[in-house]
Amino acid sequence: MSEPILQINHLSKSFGAHEVLKDIDFHVCNGDVTTIIGASGSGKSTLLRCINLLEEPTSGEILYNGSDITAKSVDPASYRAKVGMVFQSFNLFNNMSVLKNCMIGQTKVLKRSKEEAEANAMKFLKHVGMDPYIHAKPAQLSGGMKQRVAIARALAMDPEILLFDEPTSALDPQMVGEVLAVMRDLAKSGMTMLIVTHEMAFARDVSSRVVFMKDGVICEDGAPEQIFGNPKEEATKEFLARFMNN
Amino acid sequence: MPSFFENIAELLQRYGMTYLSGAGTTLLISLVGTFFGCVIGFLVGIVQTIPVDKKRDSKFKRVILAVVRAILRAYVEIFRGTPMIVQAVFIYYGARIVFGINMGMWTAAFFIVSINTGAYMAETVRGGIMSIDVGQTEGAKAIGMNHLQTMLYVVLPQTFRVIIPQIGNNYIINIKDTSVLSVISITDLFFAHKSAAGALYTYFESATIVMVIYLTMTLVTSFLLRMLEKKMGGSDHYDLATKDTLALTSGTYNFPDKKKSEVDHK
Repeated sequence: MSEPILQINHLSKSFGAHEVLKDIDFHVCNGDVTTIIGASGSGKSTLLRCINLLEEPTSGEILYNGSDITAKSVDPASYRAKVGMVFQSFNLFNNMSVLKNCMIGQTKVLKRSKEEAEANAMKFLKHVGMDPYIHAKPAQLSGGMKQRVAIARALAMDPEILLFDEPTSALDPQMVGEVLAVMRDLAKSGMTMLIVTHEMAFARDVSSRVVFMKDGVICEDGAPEQIFGNPKEEATKEFLARFMNN
Repeated sequence: MPSFFENIAELLQRYGMTYLSGAGTTLLISLVGTFFGCVIGFLVGIVQTIPVDKKRDSKFKRVILAVVRAILRAYVEIFRGTPMIVQAVFIYYGARIVFGINMGMWTAAFFIVSINTGAYMAETVRGGIMSIDVGQTEGAKAIGMNHLQTMLYVVLPQTFRVIIPQIGNNYIINIKDTSVLSVISITDLFFAHKSAAGALYTYFESATIVMVIYLTMTLVTSFLLRMLEKKMGGSDHYDLATKDTLALTSGTYNFPDKKKSEVDHK
């Protein structure tokens, strides 16, 4: 195992009186594919959003390559440029074509030249099989297509880690496959990924580590064979039993 | 009613140029006023929607922002809450008497219409920004854009598209409302009507002419704005960037063109 790229210590997050995350300790190493599973409302997405500073943690620290990004002196924008995020609702820019969606961050944030940005965007769009659709606007694409473009947009920023917030939850069953296939490919290429998902088969097959969350705490954390084959905690067993029956 | 048409003909003959130049004045003032009103509206709307980061923003920045916002809020309420005809007199004569500035009626007219439209547009822009899905902002933040970039490239272009109908509304309202500027001696279309009708005692006939001119101006404006809206919406289908002709058979249309597909079927 290499150095942790992400180390989270005593992270808590409250919305008003409601404590969503309770004293989370957690780390991600370079090249890890970590999936976070758990029931809705267990705090999975909030944890991911805290890591990207879309939510401000109430307390605790998030060390990124050893330095605390929750510090006052850290500019969230320049930190986020290094951390890719793929959302459940895609969040593609509606006013731009597919190609422009994948270029705007490169030209405006990373200050790359237009030619370089376009070549890079095309490389990743080809990778997710969306290169024929570069002139389309997001509203003209299916959900699965949008999510593949969103993945290409995140990749085009050359992130050091990629966060996925339930990337297939808003998709029709037949579109889930095409997005998961892209993610499988990415995992194989050695990308560091942190994935919140309800796709248990995917979590079992692709991840190097599975984290099970319940009521704002990490309940169990281990290799996929262990979590799915031989869960230690009663809560994990219950959750998986309910999921497998469905 | 032969005399009606005769009167109209006479009015047009003698005062045609007066009407036309009045209409020109009306168009110019409302165009300039709406344009600068939009600029003011966007600036105020943007300032009102700057997020405050309690943790990272300095106290100084937060205080300044709060003060600026209070001033802008007052501006919006004052200019939305008083009639433009009173504002015109208040500002034009106020500037001269209190500050000793003679604005000149043209400057005064542009200024008053702009600042009045700006007050309405500020709220329109604020509403437009709020109507854009928060996911758009989060998507922009997630690729590392700061607030200014997020606004400039993602939120405001979409806001503009949403508020075009409101901009059109304001422009049309301005075409009609500039008539009140005759209180500061602006010779707009309504002023032209008053002088022509008063000279020949042909109120009904002159009003007919002026109605037609106003309606023509507003209808042309509506039409142009619809065109702009349509153009900004973009094409409803797109071309695939591939030479693979098989790919062309799948999913190139968003909203199939009804008329076209009917033709295809025949």
